[in-house]
Amino acid sequence: MKKHNQKAWLFVLPVLILVAFNALIPMMTVVNYSVQETFGDNLFFWEGLGWFEKLLRSDRFHDALGRQFLFTGLILIIEIPLGIAIALSMPRKGFWVPVCLVTMALPMLIPWNVVGAMWNIFTLPDIGLLGYFMNHTLGINYDMTQDPLAAWITIITMDVWHWTSLVVLLAYAGLVSIPDAYYQAAKIDGASNWAVFRYIQIPKMKNVLTIAILLRFMDSFNIYTEPFVLTGGGPGNSTTLLSIDLVKIALGQFDLGPAAAMSLIYFAITLLVSWLFYTLMTKDDLN
Amino acid sequence: MAKITLKNLRHSYYPNPKDPADFALKEINLDWQDGGAYALLGPSGCGKSTLLNIVSGLLAPSDGQILFDDQDVTDLPPDARNIAQVFQFPVIYDTMTVYDNLAFPLRNRGINETEVSTRVTEIAQMLDVNDMLQTRAANLSPDNKQKISMGRGLVRDDVNVVMFDEPLTVIDPHLKWKLRSKLKELHQRVKATMIYVTHDQIEALTFADQVVVMQEGEVVQIGTPVELFERPAHTFVGHFIGSPGMNVLPCELRADAVYLNDTKIEIEGPATTTNAQTYEIGVRPEFVTIADTGLAATVHKVADIGRHSIVEALIGEVKVSAMVQGDTPQKGDQIYLNFQQNQTRLYGDGWLCSTAKGAK
Repeated sequence: MKKHNQKAWLFVLPVLILVAFNALIPMMTVVNYSVQETFGDNLFFWEGLGWFEKLLRSDRFHDALGRQFLFTGLILIIEIPLGIAIALSMPRKGFWVPVCLVTMALPMLIPWNVVGAMWNIFTLPDIGLLGYFMNHTLGINYDMTQDPLAAWITIITMDVWHWTSLVVLLAYAGLVSIPDAYYQAAKIDGASNWAVFRYIQIPKMKNVLTIAILLRFMDSFNIYTEPFVLTGGGPGNSTTLLSIDLVKIALGQFDLGPAAAMSLIYFAITLLVSWLFYTLMTKDDLN
Repeated sequence: MAKITLKNLRHSYYPNPKDPADFALKEINLDWQDGGAYALLGPSGCGKSTLLNIVSGLLAPSDGQILFDDQDVTDLPPDARNIAQVFQFPVIYDTMTVYDNLAFPLRNRGINETEVSTRVTEIAQMLDVNDMLQTRAANLSPDNKQKISMGRGLVRDDVNVVMFDEPLTVIDPHLKWKLRSKLKELHQRVKATMIYVTHDQIEALTFADQVVVMQEGEVVQIGTPVELFERPAHTFVGHFIGSPGMNVLPCELRADAVYLNDTKIEIEGPATTTNAQTYEIGVRPEFVTIADTGLAATVHKVADIGRHSIVEALIGEVKVSAMVQGDTPQKGDQIYLNFQQNQTRLYGDGWLCSTAKGAK
């Protein structure tokens, strides 16, 4: 038998160490917690899959998960078409291009917690610009600390304000990369504006839109800071999204086991949805 | 199908052109006959694509008119002009099948499906793509994509003109030849007026019945490939067409005889102008021979190009190329050159100014 030189494996070692420290080991501690129960004093008791079972049967988790999907679904339904529409109406060349791009990029540059605080103050019924205007000028009762609907409208609006730009910039990048000849050919072929959108612009934007939807899905599914600063999950539990609930369990109640189990399920859902979506969108390109 | 007339056409990309140099097209007057195969030939930046886009309606000219069958179409948008254009890079609709791509221009015009199907099948047959009608267009090779782009232009049987804007640029060399003959064949079958823009003389000369040579926004000469080769109207045409191009040698016009370095040169016939600023002799390397007597020259370079060799010699400071068959001299040899008289022309300020003997 031929003897192989196995020293090449040493070259893989640095990567292994890096991945171990930044992913595997932290992840494993979570797995470790998720199958045990502790009452402090570093005393742990084997719990098996009990936490997972309890969590998957708990109404509290179902509600938070439902709210999470509602939130992500709503912002995707609003941000993706809105982003495409704004990108389509932006100029392709000239003086206004940089102006539009910078204006679009501004909301994304603001830190998450600042966005939350900004919108909190903005919507305060007695001193916030929007809150005062709604309650005192228009006479519409609008108070997100009291009314769940108002709270939902506010967090959705905030997210749309903060992140539609990302979709706009990606869609715009897709649009400007379409050569003029496509538009010219479509004109000569007698295509309507709708046909141009349907058969040229959308197919050419498909890849960047896939990325945009993926990024917006992952970010919004894992969102924490902005709704935490804005509503704190209230009024009641009406805006308690998965991440907010998770922090309540892990750091509020210090239930390490259930929190760890929840983290793993949370992670699995994000991964599964992203993988399914990406596979479906790129299926056509492979053959 | 239609006759196309360009009247006093000018175009500038600047909003307020003043200088003639601001114009990408300077005063073009042209007539293209119905059903002809034309080529627009010129170096990059000479305005040929601009001219094409004006004919197709993608660009509005600064001045002048475009007539299709004597009807003014200057202000009509591209889809109302009923033309077809094939671009440098294949334009296909990625998400559609080949069939849907070919049917697209027809469906946009509300033609019923039975007729669409007959037309598409017919065109697919002509282009040899009938076995890929149901594949997605995105998966085709570049040459097939370009065939589909052509097919979309040819599928309508009422087009006034089909225009090609350097359509073979992205095609592999061995497929270029195939597509070129396909195009020629298509022209004979559909009998549509075709305009082919290119900077490649071989493409232009093989495709077209009439070639329009352009330089810096002006039409320099219109003629058959043979005319362009034999009697270039301008030294630019002589240079641009032919490989190597025409020898253009500065000379003097004295008392109606032409002198090159004080040697008298016999040209084809009398000069028509005597008041040009500069005069040049134009003679193609094909008509320069090495002889025992004649213009003394030193061999500077010899290049073997297969069937014959190109001998580059210096007469004084002036470089002359000759196409030689058989034995070639060595570098540094002293040789004597002869110009074939009936192929030696005189150019005044760049323009042909000698008349052939016997010509009116």
